[in-house]
Amino acid sequence: MRISEKFSELKKRDEGALIAYICAGDPTPEGTKEYVTALVRGGADIIELGLPFSDPVADGPTIQAGIERALNGGMTPDIYFRMVGSLKVHIPLVVMTYYNLIFKRGLEKFVKDCASSGISGIIVPDLPAEESGELAGLCEKNEIDLIFLVAPTTTESRMEQILTRGTGFIYLVARLGVTGARSDIAVSTSELIRRVRTDTPKAVGFGISNGRQAAEIISAGADGVIVGSAFVDIIAKGKDVPNKLEALASELKDGIKIAR
Amino acid sequence: MKQELKSTKFGKYGGQFVPEVLMPALEELTGQYEKYKEDPVFNEELDYYLRDFAGRPSPLYHAKQLSREYGVKIYLKREDLVHGGAHKLNNTLGQGLLTKYMGKKRIIAETGAGQHGTACAMVGAVFGIKTEVYMGAKDTVRQRMNVYRMELMGTKVIPVKSGSQTLKDAINEAIRDWVANVETTHYMIGSVVGMHPYPTMVRDFQSVIGKEVRTQIMEKEGRFPDSIVACTGGGSNAMGIFHPFIDDDVDLFAVEAGGSGLKATDKEALHSATLCAGEDGVLHGARTKVLQNKYGQILESSSIAAGLDYAGVGPELAYLADIGRIKPRYSLDNEALEAFHDLCRLEGIIPALESSHALAYVKNAAASGELGDVVVINISGRGDKDLETVLGMNK
Repeated sequence: MRISEKFSELKKRDEGALIAYICAGDPTPEGTKEYVTALVRGGADIIELGLPFSDPVADGPTIQAGIERALNGGMTPDIYFRMVGSLKVHIPLVVMTYYNLIFKRGLEKFVKDCASSGISGIIVPDLPAEESGELAGLCEKNEIDLIFLVAPTTTESRMEQILTRGTGFIYLVARLGVTGARSDIAVSTSELIRRVRTDTPKAVGFGISNGRQAAEIISAGADGVIVGSAFVDIIAKGKDVPNKLEALASELKDGIKIAR
Repeated sequence: MKQELKSTKFGKYGGQFVPEVLMPALEELTGQYEKYKEDPVFNEELDYYLRDFAGRPSPLYHAKQLSREYGVKIYLKREDLVHGGAHKLNNTLGQGLLTKYMGKKRIIAETGAGQHGTACAMVGAVFGIKTEVYMGAKDTVRQRMNVYRMELMGTKVIPVKSGSQTLKDAINEAIRDWVANVETTHYMIGSVVGMHPYPTMVRDFQSVIGKEVRTQIMEKEGRFPDSIVACTGGGSNAMGIFHPFIDDDVDLFAVEAGGSGLKATDKEALHSATLCAGEDGVLHGARTKVLQNKYGQILESSSIAAGLDYAGVGPELAYLADIGRIKPRYSLDNEALEAFHDLCRLEGIIPALESSHALAYVKNAAASGELGDVVVINISGRGDKDLETVLGMNK
């Protein structure tokens, strides 16, 4: 399913999107399949499946640990695409990974593997617009969305450049810093939501962990909420994981629904 | 052949592969660097600190006994005599001054063995800027004395417990810190690696080494050397001495750490010879040669010399190697150790194990004629920091 279809479906229901991140292969490839199903049951609209890289500079301790568990569990790009291809879900799946894994596989092969395994979008946190030309072209050709991040530090001229390139949704980094759950929502977040003027849906990530925060983000004008570390934390604790993932997804989705 | 600062690339290498959050800071840094590199007041102040604080110029010393032993006329560029015991201070003085001129209130840095961290600590103290240094937890144990040196000068050392707990992870953590504090903080990268403008800027600040050699060798020999040999990890001492000679008829040898041999598994390499054995990849913000497995996961590198122990290399070096302007070579751990002892015994100079790789290569290659008649070796640092390692190896 294309990301844009999902957002227009949600728009008809006047509903915001819950975008859930987990790292594929954390702690095993088989576990990931079960967790994805649980997140869908809980109400996730889009799932970001991390493809683990050895040096994840944009991630905080929680997701770093998830990535390390996945790599120790033997996750590789080959296994990743096989696993994704075998998933039976009817929502958009997005791969989040670092540029070197794409570069090493070959940009064209990577994008084609995405298309054939059912991935709808690609997020590369260490690939700014300036360096993205070749990948963007391949994504367009294969009908895959290349999703860009904007941050509170993004200048107006950069913002314009990013908004013309980004498809699927725009990933708003709620605050300076790496990924990780936090208890408050920064003032800079609503400011940033106002600054991103585009018809492409806006989803806010970094630091969101509960239904109340999700509601605040949607009330501030976002079309979606991205939650990662809070889910990865559940996987790290390792107890009753599918039920807890489902429960958190459903709490977040309730928050998102109330906000409208 | 010289690259303009405006370009973020060296051929296909370099660039800015960083989170969006950092892009405006890199733009700002590039702009400020462009402005101050031509500013007379800035340059006068930098020259003052290089001279009166760092002790420059460093001598170019004709090593007669070593020349006789190795069979080629050898000059040593004595960066080991720079304050702090290594070339690292050339760069940190430049960036430290830039931090001051930009009005940033805090310096962060990564360090492997602690040499760059120490040079940052000196600059933090002398310019009165709060300084925090990330260092792999393993390295803080291996290099306890350097941790103490930094702390004495008021720098906070933060042990990094993620990943392999070495330099690569210290860089990751410093980048994460910068992402969170980019508005107030300058990230002081210690080598010609990372995202633009660092490879260019660090090279320029280190170029003082090669500029001095140009004058000094003319005084002593009346001509340029046939070759220049420098050890290469990230490559800052190499680029510093190479760059001013890039358009001259001088052969440039970048000697990497061959560790215990150029072999690797899926997770680790037994060496750090990125130019000799690496492949194209993207690491720490730049496209360059990297040590990686077939999927692009970065390998843990290895070397007796902590300062060369890095899975990447400066993008400009990757470019210069591709076009054949520099010649990548390597020395093994045991060869470096042997050359270390040679210099101690023959010249009364205790070199860093890093610099010993350059010496070892000259020892091996002199007979082949590849180096010509007159060679300059960059002694990038002194070896006092390595005595425990050497003691351990001799047992």
